[in-house]
Amino acid sequence: MSPTAKTTLRALALTLLAIAATFGLDPFRNYQLAVAAGCFAAVAGLTVLVGLTGQLSLGHAVLMAAGGYGYAIAATAAAEALPESLAESGVIPLLAGLAGAALAAGVLGLLLGLAAARLRGPYLAGLTLALVIALPSAANVIPALSGHQGRSAPFFGVPDALSALIVVEQWHAWLAIVVAAVAVTPLVVLRGGRAGLRMRSVLGDETAARLAGVDPRRVKTGAFTASALSAGLGGAVLAIATQSVSPGAYGLGFSLLLVVAAVVGGLGSIGGAAAGSALVVVLPWLVDQLTSALPAGFGQRLNGTLAVLLFGVVVIAVTAAWPGGLAHLRHRLPWPARTAEPPVPVQNTER
Amino acid sequence: MDRLVFLLSTGLARGAVLALFALSLVIVWRSARVVNFAQAAMAIVAVYAAFAITAASGSYWLGLLGALTAGAVLGALVERGPMRLVPHDTPLPGMIVAIGLVMVLQSGLAIGFGPDHRPMHAPFSQRPFLLGDVPVLSPYDLFVLAVAAVVMTVLALLFTKTSLGLRLRAAAFAPETSRLLGVRVPRLVTVGWMLSVATAALAALLLVPTELGLNPHAADLLFVDAFAVAVVGGLDSPVGALVAGIIVGVLGSLVTGYVSASAAPLAVLALLTVVLLVRPGGIFAAREARTG
Amino acid sequence: MHAPLKRTALLAVTGALAVSGLTACSTPDDAEVPGVTKDKVTIGSHQPLTGPAAAGYASISAATNAYFQYVNDNGGVKGRKIEYIVKDDGYNPANTQTVVRQLVGEDKVFAIVNGLGTPTHSTVLDYLSQQNVPDLFVASGSLTWNQPDKYPNTFGFNADYVTEGAALAKYAVEKNPEAKVCVFGQDDDFGEGILSGVESVVGAEGVTSAQTYSTSSEDVTAQIGAMKEAGCEVNILGTINGFTARAIGTAAQLEWFPRWHVSSSGGDYPTLVGYLGEEVGPALLEGMVSANYLPFSPGGEWVTLFTEINTKYNGGAPFTGNTVYGMSVGYLFAEALAAAGQDPTRESLIAALESGSLVGNGIVPLSYSATDHSAFRSVGITLVGKGVQDYEGTTYSVADGAVTPVEAKPAPPVNGGIPGK
Repeated sequence: MSPTAKTTLRALALTLLAIAATFGLDPFRNYQLAVAAGCFAAVAGLTVLVGLTGQLSLGHAVLMAAGGYGYAIAATAAAEALPESLAESGVIPLLAGLAGAALAAGVLGLLLGLAAARLRGPYLAGLTLALVIALPSAANVIPALSGHQGRSAPFFGVPDALSALIVVEQWHAWLAIVVAAVAVTPLVVLRGGRAGLRMRSVLGDETAARLAGVDPRRVKTGAFTASALSAGLGGAVLAIATQSVSPGAYGLGFSLLLVVAAVVGGLGSIGGAAAGSALVVVLPWLVDQLTSALPAGFGQRLNGTLAVLLFGVVVIAVTAAWPGGLAHLRHRLPWPARTAEPPVPVQNTER
Repeated sequence: MDRLVFLLSTGLARGAVLALFALSLVIVWRSARVVNFAQAAMAIVAVYAAFAITAASGSYWLGLLGALTAGAVLGALVERGPMRLVPHDTPLPGMIVAIGLVMVLQSGLAIGFGPDHRPMHAPFSQRPFLLGDVPVLSPYDLFVLAVAAVVMTVLALLFTKTSLGLRLRAAAFAPETSRLLGVRVPRLVTVGWMLSVATAALAALLLVPTELGLNPHAADLLFVDAFAVAVVGGLDSPVGALVAGIIVGVLGSLVTGYVSASAAPLAVLALLTVVLLVRPGGIFAAREARTG
Repeated sequence: MHAPLKRTALLAVTGALAVSGLTACSTPDDAEVPGVTKDKVTIGSHQPLTGPAAAGYASISAATNAYFQYVNDNGGVKGRKIEYIVKDDGYNPANTQTVVRQLVGEDKVFAIVNGLGTPTHSTVLDYLSQQNVPDLFVASGSLTWNQPDKYPNTFGFNADYVTEGAALAKYAVEKNPEAKVCVFGQDDDFGEGILSGVESVVGAEGVTSAQTYSTSSEDVTAQIGAMKEAGCEVNILGTINGFTARAIGTAAQLEWFPRWHVSSSGGDYPTLVGYLGEEVGPALLEGMVSANYLPFSPGGEWVTLFTEINTKYNGGAPFTGNTVYGMSVGYLFAEALAAAGQDPTRESLIAALESGSLVGNGIVPLSYSATDHSAFRSVGITLVGKGVQDYEGTTYSVADGAVTPVEAKPAPPVNGGIPGK
């Protein structure tokens, strides 16, 4: 069996497993699962980008937002354009929305990738940071994005055939899992194949890569675009689960959380991205459970802030002590020695 | 015409603060090869110290001294603490640790002091002088410009004319060689951090009286704009920070005045994109771009 | 399969199953009313308690909660105590989604009360409607909340921004028909609503200069400078308190002292003095015109009652417009709950609100009906005189773009401000 077929089979198995797991969750947890799946798609894109090519993007929240807006606009347009009988089932608007998400995020990712190909780490970080800050302004200036209030995305209820079996949160969790699988699987294939090798060669030594016939600019642009596509589909997942897209939801804080998830999971690791995304969703909830037990005044101050504080501590601790992140708990590796080889081995244990 | 003069003078004062903060980012990049994302959070911690000192003593100047000291101490602590734990052969681990620090410091401040704005007063009048009919710079603006000019001159002299400056640059550009030549690299990196954060604290202290009041997020936007400034100017270039600071300050003021407030971040983004596409290392990039 | 991937997946699945085992799948019992027991009614809200927006709003829910404590200590409403669960969303729509679903799904609240913010609450509107959860007294003046056909369970609380803009403009024109009117507003539906209200009175041509600000940038010098240059005489502000202070303070620095007409969302005197400082604040704010609809008159019966409650149940927190606002929301909920019958259901609660029999504690009776889900159609003009902000005596009703003077009919508190006794 070819590696691609193997990966696809694995993805299928995992998807089915995850769908089976939704039966064990109550509606709120299924909603959390859907959100985690959306984040997973974005974090997987980010972790491949940072881990393999070394380009730090602080703007993945904007790529998700682009996907969300693309989804909302395309799905709404499709639902309105179609005759009622076709629009009713929601399948065509859904697919149109996903295509819209991929298109919007893909184009933005390509543009960023073209810029990224010319820029070194901190400069790219600066550009993507400015992009995140500019999102609310862009939402204000571009009429299709509907300002701060954001756009609402069409609601997809449970299909009639399933309505006796599951509630809407579980249905959205299913959609989220499937879309996330569709977004992430190509990344896994890409990463394990020649493209992944090229990315690592660019990270390792651009000059050597060029000698070997690899064009670093094309590789970087391609990696950025692939990463953006996945993030965009992640944004579409969130739009499905929340039926809305607004600039406030994709601010700097969220963008940094995506970086946190990628780092904590272990840069370059897809499994780590899943674990990191789960942490990003579950930790604030855990903190909320904790703080609601405290006296009102102090608990109130801790409520939204303690989770962020913990994330900060975890990120520093992981970066310092456990550069491989959660994915490498079992075989802890140090950062590569200062002048030694590029940090390829660290991110390269899953093959 | 009157409006243009007014907007230019407004932008100039803002640009000076931006330039100063951008300079602090340049210093830490030059001496430690780290983009310190935590610069705003660290600076605001120092401003809280200044606030407490001013409140207790009644003196703005003691507060200013406190901010500089607190900034330097904090810079040393962070460099000797979390930053030492990660390697610096690529900028990535340092950036990520700094991102973690932002989260820790800002939420720490929010837990400790709450979200309220604490008004801080300027030591000089903020009433502008009139040039004909047009209000131009206020005494406080002039103070800000003067402080920025003095600090930049002092730092420029330090880096170019003193042996400490030479060692700082050597330690940053060629740590191994410097060490061979007897330069105590780790100590110099710490000095770089102290200078940098103290400068950032000063910039934040100058900014806060022109805003609503001190709060954990008071310098967030300053950092984002200053980072754009540092990148536009070239992360290695103090002159770039100065020039780009003024450009971004004036651009923001003009766009807000002539177009709308919400267009300002887009204008900064556009400037950043154009500059980076033409000169990927910023306007004042060193001729030979360093790899890594 | 990737070995680590497999492990992660297995871990995830086991983890998920373990969690679900602990919490058990919830299948709500249809026979019961969510959040209502024999002696307790549980309701929830989303508010910014942390982050930049918390400075302006965190005191609202504290005041509401203090009022409920007062009610509970006096026997509750029809024998039921009110439990008010306030969740922090940091004014971030993504967090709003999570906490509201948590309130509805996990805490099983009877209703969502006073969810704060337009961008935040907009994202949960559809969800609450699908779940059939009463969505009461949204803390925002957007017109979105008043769509009974589309969102039959959603009720607004604030007088809408368009109404306030129109009333403030009408007052300006009546005092001085020749005055050059300008608008300074937030770059969202708040500022736009105020602007369109002003335009409905003076016409689009009648607005000499319309400037906006964005909350991310606290420097408003460029905008205020432009308004000064345009020769504005009456500035109508669609600004939150912090930016009202910025606008007035910046103008003063430019030696410019025009008249200020400020929306209720940004015209609270004690809060503004706090921002501007005790030394200069009172002088700068003297003569400031604002709109309001709640009983905040110093020395009034409601303020006396609310002050007592604030001292006893809110730790003597500073008494501001937010205090009156938060307690008024609490009072209105208690009144609606009492009107919903001995055994309230979500349907009877909505029916009580739509019956039009609720009075509230505003300067005019509530305008809720089956076809109107907005609370206040009329606002009163307030003035700051000698450091005291109070109603000036003019009240405007705004309907279909027409602004007409009406008589204020404030309802005094009965039974110590506890409905249903």
